[in-house]
Amino acid sequence: MTPKTRTIKVSALARVEGEGAIYVKVQGDRVVDVRLNIYEPPRFFEAFLRGRRFTEAPDITARICGICPVAYQMSACAAMEDACGVAVDDPLQALRRLLYCGEWIQSHALHVYMLHAPDFLGYDSVIEMARDHRQAVERGLELKQVGNELMAILGGRAVHPINVRVGGFYRAPTRGELAEVGERLRWARDAALETVRWVAGFEFPEFEQDYEFVALRQPGEYAIDRGRIVSDRGLDIAVQAYGDHFVEEHLPHSNALHSRLRAGGAYFVGPLARYSLNFDALSALAQQAARDAGLGPVCRNPFRSIIVRAVELLYACDEALRLIGQYARPDAPAHDVLPRAGTGHGATEAPRGLIYHRYTVDREGSIAEAKIVPPTSQNQGQIEADLRRLVQASLALPDDQLTWRCEQAVRNYDPCISCATHFLRLHIERG
Amino acid sequence: MGEADPLVIGVGNAYGRDDAAGLSAARRLCEEAGAPAVLREVSGEGTALIDAWAGAGTVVLIDAVSSGAPPGTIVCVDARAASVPAGWFRYSTHAFGVAEAIELARVLGRLPARLIVVGIEGARFDAGVGLSPEVARAVEEVARRGLGAIATEGAARSGGTEAAAGDRLRPGDTTTG
Repeated sequence: MTPKTRTIKVSALARVEGEGAIYVKVQGDRVVDVRLNIYEPPRFFEAFLRGRRFTEAPDITARICGICPVAYQMSACAAMEDACGVAVDDPLQALRRLLYCGEWIQSHALHVYMLHAPDFLGYDSVIEMARDHRQAVERGLELKQVGNELMAILGGRAVHPINVRVGGFYRAPTRGELAEVGERLRWARDAALETVRWVAGFEFPEFEQDYEFVALRQPGEYAIDRGRIVSDRGLDIAVQAYGDHFVEEHLPHSNALHSRLRAGGAYFVGPLARYSLNFDALSALAQQAARDAGLGPVCRNPFRSIIVRAVELLYACDEALRLIGQYARPDAPAHDVLPRAGTGHGATEAPRGLIYHRYTVDREGSIAEAKIVPPTSQNQGQIEADLRRLVQASLALPDDQLTWRCEQAVRNYDPCISCATHFLRLHIERG
Repeated sequence: MGEADPLVIGVGNAYGRDDAAGLSAARRLCEEAGAPAVLREVSGEGTALIDAWAGAGTVVLIDAVSSGAPPGTIVCVDARAASVPAGWFRYSTHAFGVAEAIELARVLGRLPARLIVVGIEGARFDAGVGLSPEVARAVEEVARRGLGAIATEGAARSGGTEAAAGDRLRPGDTTTG
């Protein structure tokens, strides 16, 4: 007898950044096919960059995404400075980290409250959720606003900062300017702590997975803007060696490239990976909040990523306050950076995970080649693996509940399809 | 910013071809306004929009849309009186975008006193710079109509209750560039 086929399809996945679809095919009691289809037209930013000045890369790549422009700017700056042989250190390095904290606050508040929480509370969207949980939604909006304010002071404006340049900034803020946002950050830190407690009370399915976590690690700090690329299975490489260990492949069902480890398969980047590889580097406040929320030093359940994201939100507020407290305005807002022929590499931790840039520049400073690997394309293979295991373990659920669970599983990754060049809809075929 | 000065919000991405229509139209509308107006440019991320119009009285928000109408078609909605179809903004890269921001603000009581949404139908939204010819003509048509006419027309059309989402500008005002 031919096994009965069951198909589950989400053809317009909501609450992810961008556009895409999920297709799952089940025959009898076996999942036989899972595909994350990405159909947003590819964004040819890499080609667009060729022939442009090396100094233009931060501002051009920032336009790839309205949610994480700082991640693109910081990675582009790091790569160009690597190519040109310039090292940017404190206090400019600390200012960059502070700007990055603003983006983490913005992005994590958006995802935790507006996109992910409705899954756990049983609402189709935050609009319905706001009718019953107004206070929580107001808190999320206010938290995001504090991130905006920090971005505006350092970046010149809240979205697509214009104050970032290769070598540093166009203008460094005064201590007084940062003190103003410091007041707001103290409120935000309390609100973030409340956020951790709030999401810790949600119900989570049991779904522990054996991931290979990949993230930056930098001695003495929770790596955001610099560090070596490490994994929990022994990988420990300089950013310049990225291409020796990771490869991108084009699969027919997706506009986005799939990344995998040359020596293995899919791997996991993002808050869960950062947290599990760098728990010891979190501030004492963030570590305690995580423990109080029931997390250990490693978290392998992606549904609990909403708690980890809230812990990182708390850490970003705490770290921003630390950086502001020790800030001394630099003598100059930037180092001079002169072009030279060569290739440079940069990697930082975008809110969604590791982002890697590589540029080859000629001696006049014109970009000859650009490569950008955003976190969502690195996580694509892992998202498909999660879906395969999740559907296999949940076949008893009716299609509507299974579909809901699959969408939730994708949102665990806060995928940014605009960054990865792709997006999502869900189709589950049972047979 | 005084409450009396209308706020014009341009939404879009300058590197997304016709997705830049809202940015261009907002700039041109303010240039031609002949009276004080405040211009803000945003990417379309919804929570930032709610912040952008906080404290404003009259707001005109302009964005590229994708409703299936001919490229260059201009549509106008009084968002206080009617919902804005989420499907218009399907080419937005944001999960929480313009339509969601308006509906969340409605629930939270954070809509401005007057919010007129002007949509310009785009033809292509891939990466790149430059508007399609019919979209560029629509941008100029918005500027030609003028800020005062757009703001007051939206209010008059609503009559406080009656405006329908997706209403086009009056016959003769609709432009397919």
